[in-house]
Amino acid sequence: MAGRAQPVSAYPGISAALLVAALILGTLGAVALRAEAGSGFGASDWAALRFTLTQASLSALLSVGLAIPVARALARRRFWGRSLLIALLGAPFILPVIVAILGLLAVFGRAGWLSGLLGLFGMEPVQIYGLHGVVLAHVFFNLPLATRLILQGWQEIPAERFRLAAQLDAGPLAMWRLLEGPMLRRVAPGALAVVFAICLSSFAVALTLGGGPRATTIELAIYQAFRFDFDLGRAALLSGLQLLLTGAAALVALRVSAGEGFGAGLDRAVQRWDGQGALARGLDGFWIVLSAAFLLLPLAAIVLAGLPGLAALKGSVWQAAGNSILVAALSTVILLMLALPMAAAAAAGRSGIAELSGILGLAASPLVIGTGLFILIYPIADPFALALPVTALVNAVMALPFAMRILVPRAREVLGRYGRLSLSLDMQGWAFVRRVYLPRMRAQTGFAAGLAAALSMGDLGVVALFADPDFATLPLQIYRLMGAYRMEAAAGAALLLLVLSMGAFWILDRGGRWHAEA
Amino acid sequence: MLRLETCRIMNGDYAVEADLEIAPGACVAVIGPSGAGKSTLVEAVAGFLPVTRGRILWNGAELTRQAPGKRPVAMLFQDGNLFPHLTVAQNVGLGLHANLRLSASEWRRVDAALERVGLGGMGTRKPAALSGGQQSRVALARVLVQGRDILLLDEPFAALGPALKAEMLDLVAELARESGATVLMVSHDPNDARRIADQVVLLADGKAHPPQQTAELLDNPPPALKAYLG
Repeated sequence: MAGRAQPVSAYPGISAALLVAALILGTLGAVALRAEAGSGFGASDWAALRFTLTQASLSALLSVGLAIPVARALARRRFWGRSLLIALLGAPFILPVIVAILGLLAVFGRAGWLSGLLGLFGMEPVQIYGLHGVVLAHVFFNLPLATRLILQGWQEIPAERFRLAAQLDAGPLAMWRLLEGPMLRRVAPGALAVVFAICLSSFAVALTLGGGPRATTIELAIYQAFRFDFDLGRAALLSGLQLLLTGAAALVALRVSAGEGFGAGLDRAVQRWDGQGALARGLDGFWIVLSAAFLLLPLAAIVLAGLPGLAALKGSVWQAAGNSILVAALSTVILLMLALPMAAAAAAGRSGIAELSGILGLAASPLVIGTGLFILIYPIADPFALALPVTALVNAVMALPFAMRILVPRAREVLGRYGRLSLSLDMQGWAFVRRVYLPRMRAQTGFAAGLAAALSMGDLGVVALFADPDFATLPLQIYRLMGAYRMEAAAGAALLLLVLSMGAFWILDRGGRWHAEA
Repeated sequence: MLRLETCRIMNGDYAVEADLEIAPGACVAVIGPSGAGKSTLVEAVAGFLPVTRGRILWNGAELTRQAPGKRPVAMLFQDGNLFPHLTVAQNVGLGLHANLRLSASEWRRVDAALERVGLGGMGTRKPAALSGGQQSRVALARVLVQGRDILLLDEPFAALGPALKAEMLDLVAELARESGATVLMVSHDPNDARRIADQVVLLADGKAHPPQQTAELLDNPPPALKAYLG
């Protein structure tokens, strides 16, 4: 070993990484073995592939295209509530998809606010189901992410450049050529690739707003092949296709993406001298109001629609909520047991682990892992009886790349700063982990745990595959209520889910920072 | 006696060579231009950097392959000498047992060491509640309870003002004299060397020269040192 000695062993982390790789590749293998028995590609499979690519491309283009003016407006204006709005841009990440969809339906649906407004002018109500509904929901989730990524690009331009541009009396065109153009050429391809990769494996959005032969994603097709036809061979074939697609997209996304938009300090306004004209101010104001309304109206709609339903929640919803809390807790524990040793190993010089988990995490699709696990479990046990632990495990694996991005930089810092001192005190292994590593990692651990709990709480994916009619998590129960057209009960349950997800995130994130010394 | 026998120390892509002896109980300053490898030399003695050739011996026993925590060495770094989440007493107690399972008599030793460096009664505070000078004293109290034969200083007082730094160096010299420890300290300030070091190891052009008497060397500097001192 040529590198420095480290007070913490890399082996637990390597074992954890191997476990994750075995889970992802093992389930893939199980799927691949089944795929050979399948019957080749049908017309509906090609349609699913086409729709997946179309909606992902449109979602990426629209999200990033709209994020450019929004990020510019946020970067150069200072106004009351600015940092709150920027903090809010992070919220869709942990917002349960099913909750957002109910909110979007309340605003953009047939009986929604927009249709009501159009009706006043004698126009037809808008139609949300199908391609444009799927794209709308994806833009709702990914416009904030793209905005944060591009905002980060603005923040990374040194302040001196703006002063220089001001001295040169650069107009909008010159600003574009000097600063904005080069920055966007660097940042925008990454943002496009990330949003595209995320939208490729869209399941819950397509399940609720898509469907039918013309609006089915591959993930949804896997689910349908599995749930409705119980055609394991076809599910396996589609899984292979999905993995190929997401794997390629993940590689591209990681290659071209610069940051991940989690960075602190995004609410710091750059002092600028350009864009002081009335037109520029007006346009910036327009974009800020529009984006804030687009984000806030569906959330407000959920709260308004959910409050009356909240009082009338049935026992089955509370039971589903209990299941969701169990899944989220178990998933968070699994995630930390994987991610903390892996972050330590990555910081101790095995940086390949961090990259590997990033690629596998982006490429892995919950439905593919779920299908594989089902195939593996089926001969030895009843897969439906294992819905809860399987959901927790898959959720933990899906949250792993995000947790690693939060934990690894801090772990590097801790080892870099205290590694030598600990070694010289002969403090190694468990003593180092307990006395130094865990306490120093607490704030980041809390943040990662909060994300994992919220993501798991709101997840509607693999659980739809495994649950029998007697078992439901809260998101699945909401989906069933929607399917039965019991919209008031669904809205009430959605508000409950929103409170649970945000609450779990808030408690864990706060808990990590409670009395934590810098 | 600390002996570096035809040592070659790798630090990334450059190497430092050393072939020298340091008498037990001596206080030796390591000086030289920045980037010459002063820290590299003491980190090799501490065991953080691999010695690719030669051996390091303490009183005839070879240290070259020993883990850092098993060597008769205590080290203070430029920063990060204290854990901010542990109390002052716990930070000192680490010097006795890294897992902090101390007996009552060991905790009394911790208190005595804090008393000795002038921080009696501050054991329950966190480092953030102390001044920079007091934080240095906590680190020195830990060195005291560690009771190792060799003390390595990699400019731990560089962030302190001149008067405070002089005070800390005097305290180091005093503690080392009481315990008989051998001190090897990195410095870029010749005044530090004059203040407490009997001898100086000059590091230049990737080579550590054998120790020379401080006053002699600094008063009649060879060309490499002269270029550095200006």
